[in-house]
Amino acid sequence: MSRTDKCLRPQNDEKLVFDVNSVLNERVTHYCPGCHHGIAHRLVSEVLHELGVADKTILVASVGCAAFTYDYFNVDSVEAPHGRACAVATGVRRARPDTVVFTYQGDGDMAAIGIGESLHAANRGEKITAVFINNTVYGMTGGQMAPTTLLGQKTTTSKQGRSLSNEGGPIRLAEIMAQLQGVAYSARYALDSVKHVREAKKAVRGAFDAQIAGLGFSFVELLSGCPTNWNLDPVAANKRIANDMIPVFPLGVFKDVADE
Amino acid sequence: MSRIVFLEERCKGCRLCVDACPAGILRPSGRFNRQGYEVMETDGACTGCASCAVMCPDTAIRVFKSAKAKGDAS
Repeated sequence: MSRTDKCLRPQNDEKLVFDVNSVLNERVTHYCPGCHHGIAHRLVSEVLHELGVADKTILVASVGCAAFTYDYFNVDSVEAPHGRACAVATGVRRARPDTVVFTYQGDGDMAAIGIGESLHAANRGEKITAVFINNTVYGMTGGQMAPTTLLGQKTTTSKQGRSLSNEGGPIRLAEIMAQLQGVAYSARYALDSVKHVREAKKAVRGAFDAQIAGLGFSFVELLSGCPTNWNLDPVAANKRIANDMIPVFPLGVFKDVADE
Repeated sequence: MSRIVFLEERCKGCRLCVDACPAGILRPSGRFNRQGYEVMETDGACTGCASCAVMCPDTAIRVFKSAKAKGDAS
């Protein structure tokens, strides 16, 4: 037994207060150091574990950095074409109404190429959950401008910084979703601090609760850091979320029909 | 005293745990894992609050809370 194995067991009066659950795969992720995808994965896995629905959950993976999401969850999964995760999830949920279906999409996937499919799936009130990772850039392809890019933010395709007159402003998808009749739950939280991560978990739980109760489409947006494409170290990327992103993308629950 | 264990082969050296620790007892160790990332180490009294583990994107931290330590964690 190695030294690490021994210290991974609780000693005399100790209790293991933080551990991963069986829904999250033990594989080391391919994400960059400091990327918040790992935190988002853990939150989703904890919620599925708490609800006890992992064995009847189907994940619809998207394209982007999260393309390999299916490697990290011990649930059944389908890979969707770019942006079409909500459309694929519609088919999966209608064919198998007894399952819990969720999509895991980035901003380039859900807010750009897939915004039509996403909004219409939401408007139809499909009983699926969409987990939306907003990091204001296309991560996997090298930091191009996304619909959620902040005004003035420099990316590889907006060298002078995004301008309102030329490229338009950042899309606030959580607010747009909240306007649609078919949406049962829409919330936005951030992953930049311990407090925000704990709040984000409650929002993910609320979204899955809404789906399991059969209320309609549920949506949760998570503001995440992309240190690599922001050219910042992970700690500075967290500060950017707090200082620059949260004022543009306010946090909170925008719609919760279970509460109304 | 509570304690944390780093699963060093999972660590990517992002230092978000160092930033998150309210007691300020985490620091880079100067040692590198097989992936080539600098791993962290702990030096001081841990309260078992699990802030570091909550912020770790790579679930590389396990937290053990001592029964005697009461209060400040959830």
